[in-house]
Amino acid sequence: MSISQAHGGHYYLPKPSPYPALMSTALLLLGAGGALAVNGYVLPAGWLAGAGGLLVVYVLSGWVGDVIRENRRGVYGEKEGVSFRWGMGWFIASEVIFFSSLFGVLFYERNIAVPWLASLNSHYSPWAGFKAVWPTSGPAGAAFTPEHAWGIPALNTLILLSSGVTVTWGLQQITKGHRRAATWAVGATILLGGVFLALQCREFYLAYTELHLTLGSGVYGATFFILTGFHGLHVTIGMIMLSVIFGRCLKGHFGPDNHFGFEAVSWYWHFVDVVWLMLFIFVYWL
Amino acid sequence: MSTVDIDAMEEQHHPRGITRWLYTTNHKDIGILYIAFGFLMFIVGGILAMLIRAELMEPGMKVMGPELYNQIISVHGLVMVFAALMPVSAGMVNYLIPMMIGAPDMALPRLNNFSFWLLPPAAILLVLPWLLEFFGIGNGTLDTGWTMYAPLSVQSGPGMDFAIFAVLLLFLSSTLASINILVTVLNLRAPGMTWDKIPIFVWSWVNTAVLLIVVFPALAGAAIMLLLDRHFGTHFFSAAGGGDPLLWVHMFWFFGHPEVYILLLPTAGILVHILSTFARKPVYGYKAQVYSFAAITMISVIVWAHHMYTSGLPTAANIYFMFSTMAISIPVGILFICWFGTIWKGSMTFETPMLFALGYIVLFGIGGLTGLILSDAAADQQYHGAYFVIAHFHYTLIGGPVMGVLAASYYYLPKLTGRMYDETLGKWHFWLTMIGFNVTFFPQFLLGIDGMPRRIADYAVKFAPLNMASSIGAFVLGAAQLIFLYNVYRTLVGAGKPATGRVWDGAQGLEFTLPSPPPYHTFEVPPTV
Ligand SMILES: [Cu+2]
Repeated sequence: MSISQAHGGHYYLPKPSPYPALMSTALLLLGAGGALAVNGYVLPAGWLAGAGGLLVVYVLSGWVGDVIRENRRGVYGEKEGVSFRWGMGWFIASEVIFFSSLFGVLFYERNIAVPWLASLNSHYSPWAGFKAVWPTSGPAGAAFTPEHAWGIPALNTLILLSSGVTVTWGLQQITKGHRRAATWAVGATILLGGVFLALQCREFYLAYTELHLTLGSGVYGATFFILTGFHGLHVTIGMIMLSVIFGRCLKGHFGPDNHFGFEAVSWYWHFVDVVWLMLFIFVYWL
Repeated sequence: MSTVDIDAMEEQHHPRGITRWLYTTNHKDIGILYIAFGFLMFIVGGILAMLIRAELMEPGMKVMGPELYNQIISVHGLVMVFAALMPVSAGMVNYLIPMMIGAPDMALPRLNNFSFWLLPPAAILLVLPWLLEFFGIGNGTLDTGWTMYAPLSVQSGPGMDFAIFAVLLLFLSSTLASINILVTVLNLRAPGMTWDKIPIFVWSWVNTAVLLIVVFPALAGAAIMLLLDRHFGTHFFSAAGGGDPLLWVHMFWFFGHPEVYILLLPTAGILVHILSTFARKPVYGYKAQVYSFAAITMISVIVWAHHMYTSGLPTAANIYFMFSTMAISIPVGILFICWFGTIWKGSMTFETPMLFALGYIVLFGIGGLTGLILSDAAADQQYHGAYFVIAHFHYTLIGGPVMGVLAASYYYLPKLTGRMYDETLGKWHFWLTMIGFNVTFFPQFLLGIDGMPRRIADYAVKFAPLNMASSIGAFVLGAAQLIFLYNVYRTLVGAGKPATGRVWDGAQGLEFTLPSPPPYHTFEVPPTV
């Protein structure tokens, strides 16, 4: 095959690396810390999770740094590039499926569980006056105001969609070799993502303080917060990736035929984008 | 630069001692890590099984209290499924697939190592609560059974939280490993290794990896929701807030039913290699098997609620799940036909791997047929939650995956170590396993039909004789595995005559063109097929 011949027929195999084992140690610390924390053992949990968190940061910078250095040394040929692309593609597929299962939860609670509960003999109702409506009124009928689509959420849709445009434009500039323009585009994307996150925090804050919509507000509150919360988490992860890409753009790492890192992050950002669109339609709007 | 130079270079900087295993990026090292860890966990899960049978040997509480019993059955299930069977099967794929398709290694070697090293932390989190109990934290590990049904799991003690985090680590590990396997097969096949030539085992793992990616997120999502319900006031699984405990059961079995095929498919894949080798005939029905795997993969994700016939689903749903479940027996039946076709009129010899392979067909056959009985929504009203189910899934999971893993272990042990195992000990192991297994689990079919409920530490006196038989069988089954461990040990220390590269006369495949044991790096330059 011509591809493998270009690199002397060798597929690049990385040297032994301490980072994978360190990363799992970090996750063990975080897991044990998390399990202790939710049971009220805050002090030991804090130490464990703190150490785990620091280790995660250390490992991520070391591991990603190794990959970037290898890339700079030019050890990745076309064949390695194909592996990375397939890998990122399947990773995003698994993320899509994760969100699908959360949307499945929303569908189940809203269209199956609530009507079913409402169809029972009223003696078995969760609370007096329970009706098959969405949003449900909350446990024991505690009052809250449901989210409204055409305020912050609509604005956020606009912001996130335009950030999808800027990152795509940046990728196009890189393939044409316009590094400065691409750097600006990534910067703009980060800015838009930051505004999105800030507005999302504001929205959560308003939900708790003014709408009295909390995690405990029945299945409406639960599904609302798990879907938007996990999306927000993924935006944050995307922001970290974009920051790395921004730094690499500044250093001039990317060129017309070496920009997989950029491409992968743009894929991820589009995924986050599309999930938000679904959220806007099914959580806020309908 | 020639291959030899590269090899010499690589040998220099691969570390020795413990760091070799901690830092490794080599698929053979990682494969061995997976397999060793899996067998270690088999021992742990097996000891727990012995404790369960010791308690159930006679009516009344004899060995432990019901609280500990509940914890032991929960950990036994989780350990056997996630920490024993899946890792051994993942180890086989890591060790074998690059050699089978002529790849230099797995496509993403560091990620590969990460996937493995996520497993020990998960196992630690699962049993840590037992240790913490000594320090006055919590009341032991999870006690809900491996299915962790809400609302019991919402109310259960702190051990449940550790189990939730363990599940999340397992999710990460399986997802990353599956991605790696798919990328390797998609991108690193040797020139000429086209999709219609890749070995059946590779096909079986492609399906397994896809299944893992499709179904594990549901369990991970459910585990996160469970954590939120337990500590953050949400009502996903609680009718008090408009939620539904059945949602947990749906999500668990959306994962849990395909999980059976995740365990089964890799061993069904390796099985035909073994049958074909010892029948000295090519694999029969290659295409039929590949399509059957695909059909099993697809159907397995739409049948989950056959675990929920007694939960009050609408009748129409029960009927749908009944027929879709029964439909799986068509592709599985085709697999059986292909297995028989492969050995039909072959010049068979019965070395230990072949014995275990044939044992697989018999025992898994019984497991499959009793599954058909359970898939009947009306009949299941009687069997649900009874010992019949226990007997059924042990015939399926020990009869299939465990027998397959043992067959593959004997088949590839000479390849890995360069030494033959002891054939006589192997045969003893097989026959004692067969006898012990059937004496353990066949009585449980009868107990189930009589109505003995599962998951309860005590039982009515009328069930005593069959339980006694079952416990004795279990001890024989457990003791027989010690023969296997000894046999592996003596092979590892170099007893036994040297194995050739081909190992078995009938063996086919790229892995048998390499010496035994294969060099540290293989196929750095792709072979031409
Ligand atoms: Cu099932």
